[in-house]
Amino acid sequence: MSARVSTVLSSLAAVEMVDRGIAVMPASRLQRPSPPTVGTGIAALDELTGGFPRGALTEICGPPSSGRTSVLLAILTKMTRRQEVCALVDTSDSFDPASASAAGVDLRRLLWVRCSAKQVLHTTTNADAQRRRASSSSPLRRCDSALGFAVDSRRSSLDRVEQALKATDLLLQGGGFGLVVVDFADILPVAARRVPLASWFRFRRAVENTPTVLLVLEQEPFAKTCASLVLNLSAAAHRQSPATAQADVSDNTHSAHASLLRGLEIHAELLRDRQQQKKPVRPAATRWDSQVAWAG
Amino acid sequence: MPFAAIYVPDFPVASIVRLESELREHAVAVIEGTPPAVRVIAANDKASEAGIEPGMTKLEAEERLAACNGRLAVRSPQREAAAHAALLDCACGFSPRVEDTSADTAVLDLAGLEHMFGPAASMARELAARCARTGMEANVAVAANPDAAVHAARGFAGVTVIPRGHEAERLASLPVDVLAALPDPQQCQEMLDTLERWGVRTLRALAALPEVAVTERLGQPGLLWQRLARGATMRALHVTEPPLIFEETFELEYPVELLEPLAFVLHRMLEQLCARLSARALATNELRIRLNLEASDDCGIAELRNYRIHERALRLPVPMLDAKIFLKLLQLDLQAHPPKAPVVKVWLAAEPAEPRRTQNGLLLPASPEPERLELTLARIAGVVGRGEPIPGADREPRVGSAEILDTYRPDAFRMNKFSPPAAREHEPSLPSASNAADHACPPATALRRFRPPLVARVTVCEGRLARLAAECANGEIGWAAGPWRVSGEWWTDHSWSREEWDVSVGGALYRIYRDANGWWVEGTYD
Repeated sequence: MSARVSTVLSSLAAVEMVDRGIAVMPASRLQRPSPPTVGTGIAALDELTGGFPRGALTEICGPPSSGRTSVLLAILTKMTRRQEVCALVDTSDSFDPASASAAGVDLRRLLWVRCSAKQVLHTTTNADAQRRRASSSSPLRRCDSALGFAVDSRRSSLDRVEQALKATDLLLQGGGFGLVVVDFADILPVAARRVPLASWFRFRRAVENTPTVLLVLEQEPFAKTCASLVLNLSAAAHRQSPATAQADVSDNTHSAHASLLRGLEIHAELLRDRQQQKKPVRPAATRWDSQVAWAG
Repeated sequence: MPFAAIYVPDFPVASIVRLESELREHAVAVIEGTPPAVRVIAANDKASEAGIEPGMTKLEAEERLAACNGRLAVRSPQREAAAHAALLDCACGFSPRVEDTSADTAVLDLAGLEHMFGPAASMARELAARCARTGMEANVAVAANPDAAVHAARGFAGVTVIPRGHEAERLASLPVDVLAALPDPQQCQEMLDTLERWGVRTLRALAALPEVAVTERLGQPGLLWQRLARGATMRALHVTEPPLIFEETFELEYPVELLEPLAFVLHRMLEQLCARLSARALATNELRIRLNLEASDDCGIAELRNYRIHERALRLPVPMLDAKIFLKLLQLDLQAHPPKAPVVKVWLAAEPAEPRRTQNGLLLPASPEPERLELTLARIAGVVGRGEPIPGADREPRVGSAEILDTYRPDAFRMNKFSPPAAREHEPSLPSASNAADHACPPATALRRFRPPLVARVTVCEGRLARLAAECANGEIGWAAGPWRVSGEWWTDHSWSREEWDVSVGGALYRIYRDANGWWVEGTYD
């Protein structure tokens, strides 16, 4: 009798027969199946992460020229080739369709949401360009010297962030997308930090139990525990030709006309991976090279 | 061979009540004419109970309706046309052979339909239900000949089925007024007056008269009426093919400024359009709305022309038939393009199309539903707004898919409406078991653009680019590659040329260029 009960109860993963009777295990000790993942098309990155998880939030953070957008194009290429519909919430309107097309992205399957700032000026004629140069002769806008990168006024960034959050909400509610990307890569951390944690939590809940990969590009990780996978990218150097002994950014001995940019050497560090049930022997960091379109 | 007749009593009233369902519980009378000769031409049952009769003056009718909280409406030919079209849509959705007998009557040939819809009584009830879905309460009668069916529908309320051979018996109790359908109204009235003088008030009495005497006194029209009274006529239907026009019109009692109350009107109109399309097994891929606006007194004539009409067209990616989604899309569109003055009249039309038929594969990836996607795109467009104006077109959309233009001009692309191609099982791009092909090529280095390009100041020292000052970077140039000279469209008025450089500043890689207007930072390699 007890053997039959034990067999039945052991099939319910929450309970276990012990000598004294029945022990109830907490849910955290249950063996949950691994969520499905999607490869990025970058062998080194896929070996590091096992792929980006579906139904979860993934963050890719790093400074400018660290390779974040290259990873984005790689996964967009992979998913659009699989005939999945993808969406990109471009907070800074910085997506380059030409780069994406050269990388192999099927632009027909990519929904591009271009957030706008209310104060952005658009240069449409030479007269406009000359006027902008004249107006910009006054002291330049505030630069974030620590990050070496500043794009818009603070208010403009907040407008864009607000639009991006609303657009992301609508896309996740609509459903049906294989990949939804929120591009905060050019948003100053001081503006991105103002995104309430509740928004990230809401996004995570919206994609749970769906086949959608939610990917966020940013300069620093902001989603905290809402992210299942967090990667930190950095660019060790850019690859150039003619190749030098050290492809160092300080090497300026060659004539500029004799140099050619060939790509980036990208380093990736795994900061968090909640999908790992146990900690296998897996490297915590990796590197790969990206290549520009004209490198052949 | 049975025939069915659909008759809408008090048709002018029914055409008004069709889009204003809250009036069904009230007394409603319809007036027509030029002042001071404005008369009542139709009234529903509740108005009749209040003493309203056709021919009554407007003042008399208003006085009686005020006592019972009724409504007096002006006759609307547009609404009657839409109601008549709805009646025909309902009939054509049931049978391919339909006769457009009159504005308030349609006759159908039910031959062969019993296999689909069951016996005659079931078919009649289904017809009545379909008419009710279009907003009109109709009488439906089934008989062995068209005329008997028409008279039974005009005389009996609800659903009536007359077995073959019992036409005279079932029609006997009807008044002779139901026969008043001669082309000449004056002749018809003379016939009725004559029968009234004779004391012949029912079809039974008319049918019992001797034929020879009827012919001598009333001529051939009288003989025809007698045969109609006996239900003994048989004729072929004059089959018509109603045009596939789906339009609805609504005139507002007072100008409406806000979009929210307008949404109630649009909702009803869309429900009617969808019901009519559904009756014909059709969907729509284009909605057109025209709002007549109230003219402002201080507008000049030229401005009046521009401001009287506000037209919009919604083109859907796939044929749809969902009134709620249509309403939301119209609301979002009107919020983005609001009318410049209060609205006094609404006209709505749907372009008919074959419904979408899709077969989803088991191995194909999921994609957004077209209906929800269209709604999502409209909402996002409302959030991010519209972009730069385009000559000869509306503003550039900021939501959609990019299409690269066939030119060497940098950053040349066009935003198209997002309409992803349907996934197919035999696409060569489907993933294979091995990912080796994906990993063989190194990933591409991406460029992130600044739109518009950032103003830059570049310091050149001894022929080398030494320092860059811009919003995004300010420091020594550690490495530079260039210049790469590009130009294009020199044969047009929009020729361009520039020198491009790839530079490294503070650990980040930028693409900068110099043209006739100076130095610019185009983007970052990332």
